[in-house]
Amino acid sequence: MTSILRRGLLAAAAVATLALSACGSSGSPAAAAGTTAPAAAGLTVTDAWVKPADSGMTAVFGTLTATGGPVTVVTATTSASPRAELHEVVTNGGAMTMRPKEGGFVVDPAAAHELKPGGDHVMVMDLGTPIRPGDQVRVTLGLAGGGTVEFTALAKETTGGEETYESHAGMTGMNG
Amino acid sequence: MTAVGRRAVLVGGAAVAGGGIVAGAVALRPDPPPVPVPTAGGETVAFHGAHQAGITTPAQAHVVFTALDLRPGSGPGDVRRLLRMLTDDAARLTAGRPPLEASDPELPALPSRLTVTFGFGPGLFDVLGRGGECPAVLRALPAFATDRLDPRWSGGDLLLQVCSDDPLPLSYALRRLVRSARSIATVRWTQRGFGPARGSEPAGTTPRNLMGQRDGTANPPAGPELDDAVWVRDGPGWLRGGSMLVLRRIRMELDTWDDFGREGKHMAVARRLDTGAPVTGGEEFDEVDPRMVDGRGIPIAIGGAHVLRATARDPRERMLRRGYSYDDGPTADGLPDAGLLFAAYQADAARAFVPVQQRLAESDVMNQWITHVGSSTWAIPAGCAPGGMIGESLVGA
Repeated sequence: MTSILRRGLLAAAAVATLALSACGSSGSPAAAAGTTAPAAAGLTVTDAWVKPADSGMTAVFGTLTATGGPVTVVTATTSASPRAELHEVVTNGGAMTMRPKEGGFVVDPAAAHELKPGGDHVMVMDLGTPIRPGDQVRVTLGLAGGGTVEFTALAKETTGGEETYESHAGMTGMNG
Repeated sequence: MTAVGRRAVLVGGAAVAGGGIVAGAVALRPDPPPVPVPTAGGETVAFHGAHQAGITTPAQAHVVFTALDLRPGSGPGDVRRLLRMLTDDAARLTAGRPPLEASDPELPALPSRLTVTFGFGPGLFDVLGRGGECPAVLRALPAFATDRLDPRWSGGDLLLQVCSDDPLPLSYALRRLVRSARSIATVRWTQRGFGPARGSEPAGTTPRNLMGQRDGTANPPAGPELDDAVWVRDGPGWLRGGSMLVLRRIRMELDTWDDFGREGKHMAVARRLDTGAPVTGGEEFDEVDPRMVDGRGIPIAIGGAHVLRATARDPRERMLRRGYSYDDGPTADGLPDAGLLFAAYQADAARAFVPVQQRLAESDVMNQWITHVGSSTWAIPAGCAPGGMIGESLVGA
């Protein structure tokens, strides 16, 4: 009984710590090159990266943190191509499908919103020039209400998440 | 969580053994709050700063040196992409976090003072189209008479020196750094080394090498003396706040050394094996007195003793010897294949490593047991600020 009770308390404490650290991230120094956006719009972006690609499509990932109230991301533009969309990956009859996210990304201040392979991401389409490992891509997120947040994503290679796009959903053009 | 889980099992066992009374007592008495046990795994060394970490950082227990070569046809843009990725990876890994694209936080979570230090070889300057900026001593280190250099341990365009007290985060860091680099660079060689396990002797104790000697007694003490010896204060702006590294792979003939008489071992170095003290008396950090004679007027320290030849004769000859043992043996014939990865950091190798090594190559009793079989020279750029890139003032952001 005692240990179960304590585990519950520990879990609650862990949640509180997570929320605190997430809210505090705008004030902490940038972990590394070009990943942090200004907090003026009430949204910070950290750990931003993009998957290299020669042509076609690729995706931008990172961590979105609302620093005030809830923030909704409704558009994205990048320096890499004329077209970008906010996408999600959903399970549909056992298969993973990628599709535009209805209503955009809603970022709640209580928890960081992760953009990651196999999950929500900024889909970059109609790539004009290749994105090579180590390249930097400028990304601008448009927020509901008109504000924007700009950040730099560093290109890093991975094959993570490709099984989602290729084996199940039949989406091609994702591999770099 | 593990501790809580184990406590729950113990409580359950007590209840079974002692019956209901014990179980009731446990339930009524609140457990004392868990006391976190401090461990060394979580210790970090700041990556960002005026100087790169991993140089004046007290030596960690493990090292891997990996030399990369830029792929043929590389240009300045490729070097920039490479350094941008590696700087970002290093900043995260040394803080105990995975690289941007990696998903498993457990492997880097306990960095154990992980450091990543970058060095630029002559070829990197050439790819940048700035070959003339490479210090002459690093482009062409003089050949020494005793050298028996093997290309497989020599040269390279970009050095990664990765150190940690724990080989697990070190291994993970190296594999992720090389993974980031491999589309732009190939691996030329990798050399692994070790020092004493953390905590095996009091911090600050001079480590022993595989010959049993205290190795590094002459290192300048941390503070202004060490800073003066190691950091570049003038010269090209991109090198200021940096250093020069000469990395030598020194093979030791340990089979014959082990059978050599103990007094002879003391005389070869002019220091005692047990304490590191001079054979002329005193304690480890006292200097050997070359003029002291025995009752018959014969010098106690022989002229060719290693320490007498290696001791700095000018403050500019001082350097930081940040050496690690290597052991790649035994061979099929049962012989050792081991020695020292001698990493000499200094402000100017032309005034420190070169004259000292010239003296040792001319005459050093130790030359019977040690042979330099690998050599590489590296310009160590200054450190960088958060958001910056190692080498940015040379390479461009």
